[in-house]
Amino acid sequence: MEMVTLTIDGKHVEVEKDTTILKAAKTVGIDIPTLCYFELKDMNIENRPGGCRVCVVEVKGRRNLAPACTTTVTPGMEVNTHSIRVLNARRTVLELILSDHPAECLTCAKSGNCELQSLAQQLGVRDIPFQGAQSTYRKDTSPAIIRDVDKCIMCRRCEMMCNEVQTVGALSAVNRGFMAVVAPAFEMNLEKSPCTYCGQCVSVCPTGALTEVDHSRNVINSLADPTKTVVVQTAPAVRAALGEEFGLEPGTLVTGKMVAALRRLGFDYVFDTDFAADLTIMEEGSELLDRLTRYLKGDKKVKLPILTSCCPGWVNFFEHNFPEMLDIPSTAKSPQQMFGPIAKEYFGKKLGIDRKNMVVVSIMPCIAKKYECQREEFKVDGDPDVNFSLSTRELAHLIKQANIDFNALPEEDFDNPLGESTGAAVIFGNTGGVIEAACRTAYELYTGKKLKNVEFKELRGMENIRHATIDFDGLPINIGIAHGLGNARKLLEDIRDGKSHFHAIEIMACPGGCIGGGGQPYHHGNSEILKKRAAAIYREDAGKPIRKSHENPFIIELYKEFLEKPLGEKSHHLLHTHYFDKSAGIFVDE
Amino acid sequence: MAKVKLSEKKLAELKEVCKFFNNEKGELINVLHRAQGIFGYLPAELQEVIAKELNISVAQVYGVVTFYSFFTMTPKGEHPISICLGTACYVRGSEKVLEEVKRTLKIQVGDTTPDGKFSLSCLRCVGACGLAPVMMVGDKVYGRVAPDGVKDIIAEYNN
Repeated sequence: MEMVTLTIDGKHVEVEKDTTILKAAKTVGIDIPTLCYFELKDMNIENRPGGCRVCVVEVKGRRNLAPACTTTVTPGMEVNTHSIRVLNARRTVLELILSDHPAECLTCAKSGNCELQSLAQQLGVRDIPFQGAQSTYRKDTSPAIIRDVDKCIMCRRCEMMCNEVQTVGALSAVNRGFMAVVAPAFEMNLEKSPCTYCGQCVSVCPTGALTEVDHSRNVINSLADPTKTVVVQTAPAVRAALGEEFGLEPGTLVTGKMVAALRRLGFDYVFDTDFAADLTIMEEGSELLDRLTRYLKGDKKVKLPILTSCCPGWVNFFEHNFPEMLDIPSTAKSPQQMFGPIAKEYFGKKLGIDRKNMVVVSIMPCIAKKYECQREEFKVDGDPDVNFSLSTRELAHLIKQANIDFNALPEEDFDNPLGESTGAAVIFGNTGGVIEAACRTAYELYTGKKLKNVEFKELRGMENIRHATIDFDGLPINIGIAHGLGNARKLLEDIRDGKSHFHAIEIMACPGGCIGGGGQPYHHGNSEILKKRAAAIYREDAGKPIRKSHENPFIIELYKEFLEKPLGEKSHHLLHTHYFDKSAGIFVDE
Repeated sequence: MAKVKLSEKKLAELKEVCKFFNNEKGELINVLHRAQGIFGYLPAELQEVIAKELNISVAQVYGVVTFYSFFTMTPKGEHPISICLGTACYVRGSEKVLEEVKRTLKIQVGDTTPDGKFSLSCLRCVGACGLAPVMMVGDKVYGRVAPDGVKDIIAEYNN
């Protein structure tokens, strides 16, 4: 590789040709401030429209200032990142952006996590000298995401995520100049667009223009209502990220403290979505084996590959984009939605609690879960199986509001029976985890033999699309894995075109899987945080005494006492679902 | 937005155009240009067809349509009116002519009258600066238009 040498702030720098000034500066510890620029390193995700001009630097011999994020280095270049001219220009740029930004920091959901706010702090902006018109636009509230584009600074990060990474195509910059906004086609509400509510736009938005719908107030009201029994379930990926909100190192597992905090918040039963994840494996794994054995017997009607269906963003995606393939995904509900009916129809009934008096709350790394729990097919006489879904961030807010000193909490255990889980369940939080968990169970059920090593390392990693062949005692099972909906689309197109050779495919909508979910603490483009969360999830699995779903004693009891058998009549009724064609009529008002 | 039924014949023509451009997403602007030539405007339904043909999102098509002032989502009137706002016409008072047309027809620039008779747009120079200020109705050029002459010009077409 050709190398280029230059100086930045007097420091000698040697980098590969075609490196930007921004990245070259980073190699010698110089952090040039940025705003529209965004990168998730090693994950192929980058946004550099060169639009905000906050990263401008002075290059000797060049007449105008250069945006560091898009200007590549040249031999002998002399760059100054903090000359008076640069500092003045940078501040003016920021002041101009702020002159069209509502000063609502005190009440803004993004306050404290806002990159515009931190930049104003960093550059010492104390007043906004430019007073003029502010662009205003209607607020758009969908079941999961709120668009408040008055706060949009046109960085285009959400557009990049929605179109390039996720290939969802719900958002685009529309109109021109002062009237420009990021909006769905024909400026319809998000609810009418092909939005999957994956929430990746929210997770990269530097300001409060895109946020999740906050349900914490509803949860507080339920907790305060003495007639309600409030049950909480926590998703696997939450325990690997919640600590970040309390200043802990990314990748710190806070399972025990999280349970303790939920108990102090007043939840009557603190259960685990991991229990439902074990249940999902029982159902989905059995479905895989059922389809596979019928296929091997020569049944031509069997649809293979089977696709996982745990991820609500992914479910929305195929309902919008692949309506002709609705019979390919597993019919198993997601763990969140399996937990609901088990809590209300099994646990509640055992305790003699009517389902109307039970409130099920889920803590999720996800924004699409908010939409999922509102879907009509997951309600009984109008009563949702899961009443409210909170993000990891909302839970952190609740804990802070309740004045709980999180870091000083003792480690506590989940309640039983719906709090017991295996290592197979916790890895649902990582890309590749669901299919690894399914393999652990499917292998043993199919072969009748014990696995020597439960870790399928070939299914792990962060590559966009992965494939592996697992040996089921002489029967090779081809497995595909994709995370990020754009990658999922590629696998789906192969199936449609008859080019897929997979037996089973796992798909998660968010890069990295649930650990990188739209409801997680903001990573601000630091992919190391995602990797540390993923490692934490595998650590949690390795430390579990039981690591295969079908060995969870409470799952065994649940089948014995209530469900009878996987794919049985009760399971079919409570734990399986069907999908809808949502491809048509996205833009025309009736 | 009311649903627009697109003519099958024109749609077939549009699909030929897309094919001519190899259904390349990079040719979006060219395709939109031709599409507007075929249909006269770019209704939402048409944008969805184009998005499908070029395999891009409707939001992105809409983004491009709303970025360029040349593209319009409202059908042009039977008699499209254009007012020149080029330098010569402007200094000779074409803005006042524009205001008068807006007032008479009760529409804004880019709009079409509810009866579909007139639409209004602005342009920059028709190469008849000696006749400034200039107004066009269809292909006919009117020169040295005064605001109080607007009523008569419109009346010519209002029978």
